[in-house]
Amino acid sequence: MDKSAFEEPTTITGPMHNELRHDSAHKHVAGTADYIDDMPEPAGTLHGALGLTDRAHAEIVDMDLSAVAALPGVVSVLTAKDMPHSNDISPTHLHDEPVLAEGRVQFHGQPAFAVIAETRDIARRAARLAKITYRDLPHMIDVADAMAGGGELVTPPLTLQRGDAEAELKRAPRRLKGKMRIGGQEHFYLEGHIALAIPGEDDEVTVWVSTQHPSEIQHMVAQVLGVPSNAVTVNVRRMGGGFGGKETQGNQFAALAAVAARKLRRAVKFRPDRDDDMVATGKRHDFLVDYDVGFDDEGQILAVQATYAARCGFSADLSGPVTDRALFHADNAYFYPHVKLTSQPLKTNTVSNTAFRGFGGPQGMVGCERIIEEVAYALGKDPLEIRKLNFYGDKDSDRNVTPYHQKIEDNIIRRIVEELEASAEYQARRTAIVEFNRSSRVIRKGIALTPVKFGISFTLTHLNQAGALVHVYNDGSVHLNHGGTEMGQGLYTKVAQVLADSFQIDIGRVKITATTTGKVPNTSATAASSGSDLNGMAAFDAARQIKARLVAFAVERWQTTPENVTFVPNHVKIGEEFVPFAEFIGQAYAARVQLSAAGFYKTPKIHWDRAAGRGTPFYYFAYGAAVSEVSIDTLTGEYLVDRVDVLHDVGRSLNPAIDIGQVEGGFVQGMGWLTTEELWWDEKGRLRTHAPSTYKIPLASDRPKIFNVRLAEWSENAEKTIGRSKAVGEPPLMLPISVLEALSMAVASIADYRECPRLDTPATPERVLMAVERLRGR
Amino acid sequence: MAQASDSIRFILNDTEIALSDVAPTATLLDFLRLERRLTGTKEGCAEGDCGACTVLVGRLAIDSKDGESLVYETVNACIRFVGSMNATHVVTVEHLAGSDGTLHPVQQAMVDFHGSQCGFCTPGIVMSLYALWLTNDNPSRAAIEKALQGNLCRCTGYEPILRAAEAAAKERPAVVFDPITRTREAVAARLKALRQSETIIVRKEEDCLIVPADTAGLATALADYPTATIVAGATDVGLWVTKQMRSLNPVVFINAIPELQRIESSKTGLAIGAGVSYTAAFEALASAYPSFGRLLDRLGGEQVRNMGTIGGNIANGSPIGDSPPPLIALGATVSLRSKDGTRSLPLENFFIAYGKQDRRPGEFVESIFVPALAEDDRFAAYKVTKRRDEDISALLGAFRISLEADRVKTARIAFGGMAATPKRAKAVEAALMRQPWTEDTVRIAQAAFETDFQPISDWRATGAYRMLAAKNLLMRFFLESMGEKAQIERFEDVA
Repeated sequence: MDKSAFEEPTTITGPMHNELRHDSAHKHVAGTADYIDDMPEPAGTLHGALGLTDRAHAEIVDMDLSAVAALPGVVSVLTAKDMPHSNDISPTHLHDEPVLAEGRVQFHGQPAFAVIAETRDIARRAARLAKITYRDLPHMIDVADAMAGGGELVTPPLTLQRGDAEAELKRAPRRLKGKMRIGGQEHFYLEGHIALAIPGEDDEVTVWVSTQHPSEIQHMVAQVLGVPSNAVTVNVRRMGGGFGGKETQGNQFAALAAVAARKLRRAVKFRPDRDDDMVATGKRHDFLVDYDVGFDDEGQILAVQATYAARCGFSADLSGPVTDRALFHADNAYFYPHVKLTSQPLKTNTVSNTAFRGFGGPQGMVGCERIIEEVAYALGKDPLEIRKLNFYGDKDSDRNVTPYHQKIEDNIIRRIVEELEASAEYQARRTAIVEFNRSSRVIRKGIALTPVKFGISFTLTHLNQAGALVHVYNDGSVHLNHGGTEMGQGLYTKVAQVLADSFQIDIGRVKITATTTGKVPNTSATAASSGSDLNGMAAFDAARQIKARLVAFAVERWQTTPENVTFVPNHVKIGEEFVPFAEFIGQAYAARVQLSAAGFYKTPKIHWDRAAGRGTPFYYFAYGAAVSEVSIDTLTGEYLVDRVDVLHDVGRSLNPAIDIGQVEGGFVQGMGWLTTEELWWDEKGRLRTHAPSTYKIPLASDRPKIFNVRLAEWSENAEKTIGRSKAVGEPPLMLPISVLEALSMAVASIADYRECPRLDTPATPERVLMAVERLRGR
Repeated sequence: MAQASDSIRFILNDTEIALSDVAPTATLLDFLRLERRLTGTKEGCAEGDCGACTVLVGRLAIDSKDGESLVYETVNACIRFVGSMNATHVVTVEHLAGSDGTLHPVQQAMVDFHGSQCGFCTPGIVMSLYALWLTNDNPSRAAIEKALQGNLCRCTGYEPILRAAEAAAKERPAVVFDPITRTREAVAARLKALRQSETIIVRKEEDCLIVPADTAGLATALADYPTATIVAGATDVGLWVTKQMRSLNPVVFINAIPELQRIESSKTGLAIGAGVSYTAAFEALASAYPSFGRLLDRLGGEQVRNMGTIGGNIANGSPIGDSPPPLIALGATVSLRSKDGTRSLPLENFFIAYGKQDRRPGEFVESIFVPALAEDDRFAAYKVTKRRDEDISALLGAFRISLEADRVKTARIAFGGMAATPKRAKAVEAALMRQPWTEDTVRIAQAAFETDFQPISDWRATGAYRMLAAKNLLMRFFLESMGEKAQIERFEDVA
């Protein structure tokens, strides 16, 4: 034994709370990080393409695919009838979402067949040769159409109610009604959907797919093929972005690849072109919010009644929980003494909308902040003043119950907002801006401070579970696997930090491995910001089990007590002796200690009764606030975000570098949603913004010119989460509501701030200019 | 037709490539990924907008002293055709790190500053930052933004990427570490040797691609194949292939013809060869017509500006092309050449109707002549888009006015996005002529836009917005002529 064994080891690399870089960063920049299309293809791999329909709503009278099949290089053409067992991939099991349209087309671009060919190019060319005869049916494209057409819903609505909103609205000294349109959003993950299916023995198939939800892919592929789940293995090492767009939307590609692979006994890859990806997969829901607010002369809100109507598309997909979450955030950080909120998940002849970072919460919150603005402009006050007046109270207050009857026990919004207000010099800047606007003819400025309170947990309680599989090999190296997926958010890095911390070993000893249904079963989607909360805890649990066995082994071998065995940096301390970790593991192996464990975690405390609209759907809340300053050009409506200051709460950060990246990235993505990203369907129901040439996500030059992002370093999760951290994926997306409101203020300056501009989203230059025009002369 | 070669020859990283059976529409990206298994370069959109496929292309370019220098520019491999690669040096992300795996300073900074999240856009961003690193050791934030105009990142919000670019610029380790600096002279010599002296014709089955060495060769090729598709930068034609799946045959690539690369400046104006890229034209245009320069800064991304040409923008006849309106306002003429000779006509007469230009079979656009501004001419061009950079115009207005005794002496106003072709606003011009240059005159002239245009509504803007903004652009032009700040400038610190 070397002498160092008795010296106190100091630290490890990569424990929790460290600013560790992304585990794949080196590979990202070198071009060596493999995405599915980069993997070497098995010999004889075939390529698929979707055959898209071009009617919004129609019966398929005839589908002549002879020219498709006849193109040299085409191997097979699949239609609904070729699905071996089931043509259904509805994630909610409502049987409303076919793999391939059968008999009826329900949105423009719905796939009705698939071509399998020797090359991707041939498959794409062949897919355009179909002759489909339709009998057109009336179609409904947006919320207004759907309401006019009778308001058919894709899934049951939700009502949240507390007190008597109707009566209090009548009684309130002041009352305002309005409507707000909130646009949808395309995910625009840089890596489009992709699936590669490789047939195996018997009924087996292995699918590599860019998905946030491997278990669901597994179940859907099994269902379509008519095989048990144990025949299907789904793998994903990393995605080139997900943002919710790969929670359910990969099902179609995986199912088709698997069906073709089983049928043809060859590997089959589906990689849709960007246009097909954008046309044929779901997006963020757009909403029409109808609100009615009662308040007093100070701006204290007395009652709110609101309906959140959403364009859901032709099927339910995740529209139920998405529209639910809109209601869960229709209060944002404010106490409504009397409230009634209703969702209206409307059926339309458009692609079925789906999960997108925030999952309905952002739309709920944007509607809420519009109400605050309305109250402020009606009273001639700074919206921030109205906000402060209406914040939820703290734990012991009588103003801490949400519309869903959950008590808020961890409220820190007041401290966040007040610290930010001071550090960003909000008041002085606002005064200066009002002064500037007085003398500036064309350019006007605006500033706004908006808060975020976001509930963390899947609202479908049973999804709040996770598994991890940890092996310690006899050389002391550690293999980590868990049910979470890596889409850039740094989940793999954070969970590896948990293991490094648990075993007190350098993170370099931990090998992070691709997510696979073969190692950790029955996982939930990596969604709802829950990735590190759930998987971090599951990995922690696996490490705990292995460590317990190791301690028992040490107690026996060294004849000591458990208190005398501790894991210290890269060593195990037994009594006064420091045994290097690898050496210790080697001995444990020789003593036949089981060095592998499956960890498990389920979130405590939460429950939710949807029918009653009551419960504790959220384990805790994440908070944040942002101040944004903008300039607008009142001749064209063009604008610039001059400065943004953010203070955001991630509890005790597992990795501040990664968390700041999530805050900055979420902010810019949310800003894009509220400003330049516009989805546009024509009268035929065709999506005409189906590529980056027509759909404009933010560029480097759109990001705030000055961008100060800080984490609330004093914050610690009140609940016992992993390292007392908080989820970070979704909450920052809502911080740029401050950009929208700052634009609104700049517009309002035209009429001396006497009128709420009612700026809808996305607040494109056109919407800004048209709002300016509305206010001119008032 | 005389020909020196039946293959396309270029250097890929450190390997010399010769292709004698390449299809005219084969893209560089597919060649890299499918044939060479260089999978670091990604496909994000296949239309030149996201930048995930960014590579550097080195070529021998005419420099300001009429000599030659090896320049490296970012391009979108997804819409660049392999047939256009002769005598170039293609550099992909795999070429950057040292042979021992040591990262290039640009790559290392991206790691150190957390510039990647999902990582899919990252190789393209690394290449764009690398191009900047090669030419600028102290870039302003605006310069970095400009270098990244053609790169989309959906994860990071860009801030860490900007920090990485700033840090990398200062990292100048031993020159030998940088792959391009290290091999510059040898590569330049190789490219000289690879350069064609006569037309290259490559056939693959029924398809044929032609790369003329000079304009005479081009004229001959077009006389032989009057229906051939002429491709300069491929920033539009590329999409016909990747998106519309069109079969083009034959294709004539003109990007390497030296005579079409010339810019000649004289007292009377600028003559710009049809093959001059936006990037190459920038300096001359921006110094003669500063507002034109600011407009070019917002045309496409850097990759598109490096590939796309003003000649192509004209020949294409798009109603939303960015260069025709300012060129029409400036009174530019276009020269067309065929085997039978050359003719020139005012640019505005070239655009006949939507998709229809006055280009006869066998003709090609040879050059554009832009008259110099007179001393008292005021000129401005304004582009209005949903997103400030790398967006197609909702509308674009260009104004050239001269005054005499505070009255309007001449007025040439042209708009894109307001009609089926780039078009002059003749009623507006008439309303201004001989009137005092005052706000009242402008208000009266604004109404004349209704006579000139009936703009359509589409996904870029409604007709109502286009009309209102067009009127307001005239007001902006007036207010700016009075010294008032009437627009938001993003790139104030970019020369």
